[in-house]
Amino acid sequence: MIFEGYLLSVVTFLPAAAALVIALLNADAKGNARWIALWTTVATFLLSLLIWVHFDAKSAGFQLVEDFAWLGPIRYKMGVDGISMLFVILTTFLMPLCILASWEAIEDRVKEYMIAFLLLETLMIGVFCALDMVLFYLFFEGGLIPMFIIIGVWGGKRRVYASFKFFLYTLLGSVLMLLAMMAIYWQTGTTDIPRLIETAKLPADLQWWLWLAFFASFAVKMPMWPVHTWLPDAHVEAPTAGSMILAGVLLKMGGYGFIRFSLPMFPDASVQLMWIVFGLSMVAVVYTSLIALVQADMKKLIAYSSVAHMAFVTGGLFAFNTQGVEGAMVVMLSHGVVSAALFFCVGVIYDRLHTRDIDRYGGVTTNMPRYAVFFLLFTMASVALPGTSGFVGEFLALTGIWKANTWVAFVMASGVILGAAYMLWLFARVMYGAQKNADAAAMPDLNAREWAILVPLAVVALWMGVYPKPFLEPLKAPVESLMARTGRAAPPQTPFTPIVANGPVQLASAAVGETK
Amino acid sequence: MTLQQSLAIGAPEIVLAAGALVLLMIGVFRGNDSLTGLSWGAAILFGLTALTVVDDSPGRLLAWNDLYVADSLSAFLKILILVGAAASVLMALPYMARVKVHRFEYPVLIVLATLGMFVMVSANNLLALYVGLELMSLAAYVLAAFNRDEEHSTEAGLKYFVLGALSSGVMLYGISLIYGFVGSTEFTAIGAGLSAGANPHVAGSVGARNLGALFGLVFVMAGLAFKVSAVPFHMWTPDVYEGAPTPVAAFFASAPKVAAMGLFLRVALDAFSGMVGDWRQIVIFMSIASMFLGAVGAIGQTNIKRLLAYSSINNIGFVLIGLAAANAAGASAVLLYLAIYLVMTLGAFLCVLALTDADGQPVETLADMAGLARSRPWLSVALSIFMLSLAGLPPLFGFMAKLAVFNAAVDSGLWLLAVLGVLASVVAAYYYLRIVKILFFDEPAGVVVTGDGAIVNQGMMVAAAVFCSPVGYLALGPLNEATRLAASSLF
Repeated sequence: MIFEGYLLSVVTFLPAAAALVIALLNADAKGNARWIALWTTVATFLLSLLIWVHFDAKSAGFQLVEDFAWLGPIRYKMGVDGISMLFVILTTFLMPLCILASWEAIEDRVKEYMIAFLLLETLMIGVFCALDMVLFYLFFEGGLIPMFIIIGVWGGKRRVYASFKFFLYTLLGSVLMLLAMMAIYWQTGTTDIPRLIETAKLPADLQWWLWLAFFASFAVKMPMWPVHTWLPDAHVEAPTAGSMILAGVLLKMGGYGFIRFSLPMFPDASVQLMWIVFGLSMVAVVYTSLIALVQADMKKLIAYSSVAHMAFVTGGLFAFNTQGVEGAMVVMLSHGVVSAALFFCVGVIYDRLHTRDIDRYGGVTTNMPRYAVFFLLFTMASVALPGTSGFVGEFLALTGIWKANTWVAFVMASGVILGAAYMLWLFARVMYGAQKNADAAAMPDLNAREWAILVPLAVVALWMGVYPKPFLEPLKAPVESLMARTGRAAPPQTPFTPIVANGPVQLASAAVGETK
Repeated sequence: MTLQQSLAIGAPEIVLAAGALVLLMIGVFRGNDSLTGLSWGAAILFGLTALTVVDDSPGRLLAWNDLYVADSLSAFLKILILVGAAASVLMALPYMARVKVHRFEYPVLIVLATLGMFVMVSANNLLALYVGLELMSLAAYVLAAFNRDEEHSTEAGLKYFVLGALSSGVMLYGISLIYGFVGSTEFTAIGAGLSAGANPHVAGSVGARNLGALFGLVFVMAGLAFKVSAVPFHMWTPDVYEGAPTPVAAFFASAPKVAAMGLFLRVALDAFSGMVGDWRQIVIFMSIASMFLGAVGAIGQTNIKRLLAYSSINNIGFVLIGLAAANAAGASAVLLYLAIYLVMTLGAFLCVLALTDADGQPVETLADMAGLARSRPWLSVALSIFMLSLAGLPPLFGFMAKLAVFNAAVDSGLWLLAVLGVLASVVAAYYYLRIVKILFFDEPAGVVVTGDGAIVNQGMMVAAAVFCSPVGYLALGPLNEATRLAASSLF
């Protein structure tokens, strides 16, 4: 292979290079811009699969590392472990689908749109590959700019408000993280993430502050209640593909940040402050699920459901056990696929009727039966029906939370029920019932392009549900080393299990491919 | 120190002074038609001067009875000043032709102001400092009123002059106090005199003799704060930027800021290094006030030049964070910030210069720039790069400037200042984003039709935009090396 040793950099910067090519195209070369963007993202996806091929799942360390001196203590260091590898592939997998989803929906300023998306892809992949704190921050924050433009230029009516809210909220959280990174640098003399994970022993009181600063950033990005309010606005106003990538990848950066920074670097503070995370997660699950129930706008409903799902992630991550962290990871991957698919499903009928109002639809099954099948599948995946990707993740996460604290698990589990309520009700109102409006009844069923987007998403959602092993395998080693790192600080895992002892839990874990 | 040696060490100033006179003579005899030639002549003169600056042998060389110092700090600042001055001269040509202020004095005055700034950054004595400052200021007052037939421009000139004269008086009063209480106006001697008066048993104590000098320092700092337009001495900035011709505003925002800030570094860290604890609190206050006032004040602006004025106030606040750190990391962060800021702000003004309506008149209101991305996408991209870079958003180069000052602040334990700084940067991000919003999100206002196709301006704009984009990181290595070397001459 010609770029042996530079695979991650090639995958990261290939989209940016294509963006440059598109920038030099003639202004009205819409078709060319679309095709270049599509082929580039497909090529990036295929190249990223090479990462998986070259990846050694047995090893917990970072692989395919590229390390170059850059600016004094800051190094250009890229590398992936099992956790980040899966996120990279999630990103590259969703990108071609996003480009396809925008194929007909975006007619205005196509060239700029594709440039923004390709730059966004570079920055997102960079976040998951960066192994230097400053490099990470560059990618992490840089992603705001293309997303700001995507929402602001191609968004809905209140796009300006939504884009500013998105940007300023996220920026406010992140700048505090930047200060914390500097403090880490002055404390340890390095910005190298693997070294910090393995060796850094920060004083406990400093950890506390640093943890809070990182939390400010990741909680907004995640988003956790009560700093989630930017998300519904951003989702509602963003174009379909923007929502897909926002829900699919950008939200995962918060969870990734917790795994990469908060847990391993500040284990003591993470344990001391886990009640904050648990508390906010419990509120989020119940509160945002209830809010989702009363939404009249489909995108807003799915946006609130994202907040609820992300609460399972934060809860699982701070359960300090293997099931919790692995479950959180699978929830993130599954949600990345399923929520992107749901947003696309909304986009499909939005493109036909130009409204997201649930009341305007009804009885769509009659005229769009094939579409209804897909929508049902992703609805089921979202409510964590066994056999879909959602089940594996949420079950593992709840198992982990149960081991850490039964009452928290009890409250969180109500989110599964509420999730079923709002998603099924949404499905019922849109898909079943009488056909109230003539224009909604006249909508044609899926076209070839929409098939091409929904089929891969459906395949992955089912694959992760039926046979999650390929996705769990690369997680094993890094999660174990994470547990070893947090283990010394972790709270005692004494589940409150008076009636059912550990037996059923282990049995259930084994059932989903988890061997304890 | 013989005269020959002094002449050799002071070569950059001598070249500039002689060049200014030659340009003036040519201008007087050839009239206003020679503006183009004179401008290029000035640019070449700046190039030649740069050669003499770079030629400086390393180390600290004193000349002219220790009034003058040439070290790596002054060399670094002089190069920045030359870049700012040369860009200001060249970018003005199409503007001067369009707006019909075709006068040959423009390049001559810029050269004279540059000479003043050179003296400022090489001053090793409060009086040399004052002479340089006044030379720069006098040229600047005239430049502000350069478009003398226009009301705004004369108003700007007058306002700048009155307030500038006041600040000069305040500063001179401070110098007299320092001289009276310390017995010298030379920086090294002031430093020695101050430490002699302090109680060695109490850290950071100020002896009885020094209290007078402290008063003097406060006045001197007020004068310097006026020049860098730090809050609360910033009031002139928006009016002067708005009223002055755009290239002049670009000049004000770039080179004099660099010179005054460099001077600030030298006075604070060289002459008054023994009183860090005293002046630091003033600098911290000015820094916080500038960051927030600059950020909040810009939000309501409707004129891009006024907005850029508040932006420069805001950015000076961040520069002052580096000064407040009062260590080598802080000083080099200040210099790095200045270098990047210079390019960002020149680029932003180049974009403003390129905006003209159908009659060739300058477009300065934000509303008129709405939807510019549709008609002039590359210009909009360039202006957005400068704005986002000024906001310090990664991955643009301006981020590295902010990173450096915050890093220095964290290093010296100024936590609160760093936290307030990042919060101010979020507030500031709002109005920078607003420009991006106006350019890209809004429907076209249809005002900006043509742009001038001046190839030189476009070239400078592209160069500045590339520098501010992530490509600029390539320059960071050498830039870091240069700033570290320059900062080392203060410690």
